[in-house]
Amino acid sequence: MRTCLSDAVAPSVWKSTRRVLQRCGVSVKVPRRQTCCSQPAWTAGHPDQARAVARHTLEVFAGPEQVVVPSGSCAGMVVHAYPEMFKGEPEEEAAIDLARRTVEFTQFLAEHGLQPGPGAPGPVTMHDSCHMLRVLGDSTSPREALAEAGCALEEMQNTDQCCGFGGVFSITFPELSARLGEEKARAAMQSGAREVTSCDLGCLMHIVGVAHRQGIPLRARHIAEVLDQ
Amino acid sequence: MSTWRRRDTGGVAYDDVEGTLRERTIVALSDRTLRGNLETAATSWGEGREAMRHDHGLDEMRERARDIRRQNIRELPALLSEMQAKVREAGGTVVRAADGAEACRYITGLARARGVRVVAKSKSMATEEIKLNEALEHAGIEVVETDLGEWILQLAGEHPSHIIAPAVHLNRAQVAQLFREEAGTDDVPDDREGLVAHARVRLREKFAQAGIGVSGVNLGVASTGTVCIVENEGNARLVTSQPRIHVAVMGMERVVADWDQAAHILQVLPMAAIGQDAANYVSLITGPRREGEADGPEEFHLVIVDGGRGALRGTEFEEALSCIRCGACLYSCPMWKSVGGQAYGSPYSGPIGAVITPLLEGPSSPASRDLPFMSSLCGACGEACPVGIPLQDLLVKARARASSPATRKSGVAFRAWSRLWRHPATYRAWMAGWRMMLRARGKDGWATHLPGPGAGWTQVRDMPSRWPPRR
Repeated sequence: MRTCLSDAVAPSVWKSTRRVLQRCGVSVKVPRRQTCCSQPAWTAGHPDQARAVARHTLEVFAGPEQVVVPSGSCAGMVVHAYPEMFKGEPEEEAAIDLARRTVEFTQFLAEHGLQPGPGAPGPVTMHDSCHMLRVLGDSTSPREALAEAGCALEEMQNTDQCCGFGGVFSITFPELSARLGEEKARAAMQSGAREVTSCDLGCLMHIVGVAHRQGIPLRARHIAEVLDQ
Repeated sequence: MSTWRRRDTGGVAYDDVEGTLRERTIVALSDRTLRGNLETAATSWGEGREAMRHDHGLDEMRERARDIRRQNIRELPALLSEMQAKVREAGGTVVRAADGAEACRYITGLARARGVRVVAKSKSMATEEIKLNEALEHAGIEVVETDLGEWILQLAGEHPSHIIAPAVHLNRAQVAQLFREEAGTDDVPDDREGLVAHARVRLREKFAQAGIGVSGVNLGVASTGTVCIVENEGNARLVTSQPRIHVAVMGMERVVADWDQAAHILQVLPMAAIGQDAANYVSLITGPRREGEADGPEEFHLVIVDGGRGALRGTEFEEALSCIRCGACLYSCPMWKSVGGQAYGSPYSGPIGAVITPLLEGPSSPASRDLPFMSSLCGACGEACPVGIPLQDLLVKARARASSPATRKSGVAFRAWSRLWRHPATYRAWMAGWRMMLRARGKDGWATHLPGPGAGWTQVRDMPSRWPPRR
């Protein structure tokens, strides 16, 4: 699954994901007909509009394969919300099936014991995106992947605190969102690393976008890109 | 003393709330002292709770607390009948109020009938919800908050910002100033102990005058008709024992079946709230003073408030009724820690407030309809909740239920979005157009002004037009 944010802002993220997986010997298909997991509408409080888009995603990803997503948030959406979204609908079984087959990118690496080989040397600091951490309950897979790739990790303070992105929240409460983003960017700088990475592109776009506006010289790359280098 | 206007909406949210929720967050964000005070408190409670997890197995205790509370809500009508019968057996009076107005009418009526001029109150969210102070003051009765934090707020003319530690947003110097103004003298110390001693003297004078003591209820125990009140200051014990009449106001969902359940919840509550394994005072009150007893009130009245709660049973929001009002979701919430409780404009702030205020108030109420959107859905609240309320999921459901010009506008936008994004061809065309626009707007790798849905983004941050972004 490419994710809509990667399509919109950073195609290099899904391309790096594909390359890293292929380097591990995984056979990768990227369905051309895919669009979005529908999370924006779901969390904005429009479940019917979300369902229509999610229904398309169910169709595109039908089949026996595991679905790898370079986003803890989109993976969490499919794993956690799809069964709820399609409860009592004709697609309920398909939704539960896709939820079972869907996995975040670094979780997939950990699950299969895959070693993509050397990545960027770092140092980077790691932001635990909320949905990776709390919906999928995983803070170890990305760190293991960085360690395997020989990438130096400098932990920041409060790495488990929300960066303030929150999808539609970033636009409905921009000032509050930016305050949290600034705190996150400063914590990242104080870690000693000049680059922040994460399993979620949305958080990174927000953190680095606030940092740039505030003149904080922080760089950002998705974890797939760090592993890909 | 209070700045509240007379209530006429019957709603939960404060009537004197000004501006939009977003505007209130901007004001709160500009207050650096507030942010520091909140952070200090939240950090210390958070550390305390971590210690509880390690030393007392709070995580395991949560499982049982969750099961108990779910069961309580399922059996609520039977538990309330039992509670009512037992309180009456013990010589107390029970009143079931459909809403806040009815509860206030009963209490002000009681005060008038008994000729009471001064009412002493201990901290209670339920009385805050039903706007009791306002109703009593309107009836010409003086109300004195006796919880130190609440009293400070009453002096400041403010609403509490938090379920526990209501004045957490004010610091020592600010408090000393308020005390000086209240006492009409500069002769008020400004060290911590001195301030507390000063408050104690002033408040004891009020206790002596009060004809009615009003308390909240942390838990009602159905099997014996006992109300439990948990506190750290001892003022609630005075409120419930010193005045001639004790009125306890209880939200209808705060009842457990028996002492086995009560003992467990009473342990979990202070652990989750402030990271202590026991509260300083737990008062257990069954009816008024009985013959041969040395102290306690002559009359005991239990006012059980529905206020929209009963209608939530059997709905997708039923789990919100499990809440034991510990406050753990508030100080785990990055939004609450950034702006404090007052920006929410409701006695119930933070994630639980953002869920239940619109439910108790009605989905289109201006004061509450934006509340569910003030969350990044980070899930820290659900993780902190000691009774396992899936707050993040309930916030999403509350958003789906919200109705306002903003949600209708977003509904129109998402209908268009949905039609475009469910078909690969239109999705790809939209993406191509978006990327072209981003490249055209980008300068040195950054777009600083975007049109349409991007405008909200570039109000406070830049958008990388190339990825990985340039520095």
